[in-house]
Amino acid sequence: MIRRLGSAYLAALLVFIYLPIAVMMAMGFNESSNYQLPFRFSLIWFDQLSDNETLWRAGRNSVLLALANTIVATVIGTMAALALARYRVRSHAALQILLFPPMAVPWLILATAMLIFFYYAGIGRGLHAMLLAHVALSLPYVIIVVGARLHSFGPDLEEAAATMGATPVQTFFRVTLPVIAPGVAAAALFAFGISFDQFVTSYFLSPPGVTTLPVEIYASIRKGFTPEINAISTIIIVVSMALLLLVSRFYRFGGTQ
Amino acid sequence: MSRVEIRDLSKRYGSVVALNKVSLSLADGEFFGLLGPSGSGKTTLLRSIAGFVEPEAGQILIDGADVSRISTHRRDLGMVFQHYALFPHMSVFDNVAFPLSVRRNGKTEIKKRVEEMLELVQLGGYGQRRPRQLSGGQQQRVALARALVSNPRVLLLDEPLGALDKNLRQQMQVELRQIQREVGITTVFVTHDQEEALTLSDRIAIFREGVVEQAGEPGEVYERPRTPFAAAFLGATNFIPGRVAGRNGSAGTVVLGDGQRLHTLDPLPAEGTAVTVTVRPEKFTLHVGSRPPLDEDGAANCLAAEIVQPIYMGASITYRVKAGEIELTLFHQNRESRIEPPGSRAWLSWAPKHSILLDAPVSKPSG
Repeated sequence: MIRRLGSAYLAALLVFIYLPIAVMMAMGFNESSNYQLPFRFSLIWFDQLSDNETLWRAGRNSVLLALANTIVATVIGTMAALALARYRVRSHAALQILLFPPMAVPWLILATAMLIFFYYAGIGRGLHAMLLAHVALSLPYVIIVVGARLHSFGPDLEEAAATMGATPVQTFFRVTLPVIAPGVAAAALFAFGISFDQFVTSYFLSPPGVTTLPVEIYASIRKGFTPEINAISTIIIVVSMALLLLVSRFYRFGGTQ
Repeated sequence: MSRVEIRDLSKRYGSVVALNKVSLSLADGEFFGLLGPSGSGKTTLLRSIAGFVEPEAGQILIDGADVSRISTHRRDLGMVFQHYALFPHMSVFDNVAFPLSVRRNGKTEIKKRVEEMLELVQLGGYGQRRPRQLSGGQQQRVALARALVSNPRVLLLDEPLGALDKNLRQQMQVELRQIQREVGITTVFVTHDQEEALTLSDRIAIFREGVVEQAGEPGEVYERPRTPFAAAFLGATNFIPGRVAGRNGSAGTVVLGDGQRLHTLDPLPAEGTAVTVTVRPEKFTLHVGSRPPLDEDGAANCLAAEIVQPIYMGASITYRVKAGEIELTLFHQNRESRIEPPGSRAWLSWAPKHSILLDAPVSKPSG
């Protein structure tokens, strides 16, 4: 009885999460431009999407920006997590605690702060400014996710490698990195997601003519909502979910083994 | 296969002194046990030799060269950790091959050597398994093979058998010692298990609060402890306080609080000085009855006592007895299948050479 109640509860939870997404995806395949039912299957919006130059350019910007952010944030974040976990860094506790508040500050405020700061610092606006902002936003997540993985095994393995004659570089690439790989992959996924989803900072930091997908989607909704948006959203959802499923299948999130 | 010398090694963590001018020297091929309660400095010493801990002062010499300031990976060591520290993402073969492959040895050479080592630890044919598919004892053997594969100069063992259950541990003790002899490698071994230290070591050092309390062969440290701490840490013992009553050449007499006397062969200080004598529980012979036993050689010690509590252990019976004001423990071989009840009058006799005079008759030791 309890077990059945449990599965019913979980099913309801999943419906709650997935239903809006499912409706939106369905509308991407509906022929009507103003959401009329009955549903009639059509690929017309995907067809129109392929002609939408602005959306494609924004999409390419988004993907490139997210990839760059993933690489930069994951590399420097992993290095920071290693430093925090393995070395007696000065004012270690303070540094660790200071990682959390930026995650609690609303993105709108961070974005405003960055816009102002970048203006004074001469960095200005553009994709480079967005990259800086996205890296700053992703770093706490990367450090915490990789750090959790590092904490799940002690320094034993690295010490053992050192006694066996492995240099610090050999130890990192042959022992530490393979062992923390699931954490690093999860962190990279976070970093990609944070950047790809990022609307507020990108909106603030995009000069006229240079946009990312979320900014462009927002702009086109304001101009007049077309199911093209549903179509591109469907593509994004399918790709990102596939990516997540793939990674979770290979790396079994949460488990240590 | 090297000599190891520790010279005046010191290390502090904040205000805690982990090592205080520790000096030890290990002969080539020696199996040296570091023993002591937790926080006594034994692990800090091992980790200093490994290079994980940077000492503040002093030197660590391997074959005469000071290694205390060079990195771990240049020290040419093998180490076995308490929790094995096998690489989970590698097969057993790759684990054992690791020390050779980081030194860029040839593939065929690595294969030959790894297989040799796996044979040595009786794990031939296990190369393709993952560490987590092996039992605790097997994992420990892989760790040992990995530590020895590159023929390091010194083998460090950090409570290597601590995570195994008792039967397996005893079996592994024998194997460990056999392999160590076969390879002939100088070995430093940390344990808090005194029995393990006695069984395995050529020599042991007992640590207390960052200093070596006593070092020597296991038999020597056990039979002739110099301090109450060393006596109590290694096996069970009795402390008998008294005053020097007389000296007669190499022998002497100590008078106890209740006026009874005991004899010792140890040189005693001036008459009247307070001293502590220690006697191991198995050195006593128990005589039950109201009259003292016949003193055959005329030099034996004999104390009148009363049995407080018998503790049946199967092969032996542990008796807690009271002699005057002091409580004593004795181990009695269970030959007669008989337990003496509490309150029985009894006599304890023992040879004077087993009355060991301790250096410091001060406080009762802890641990």
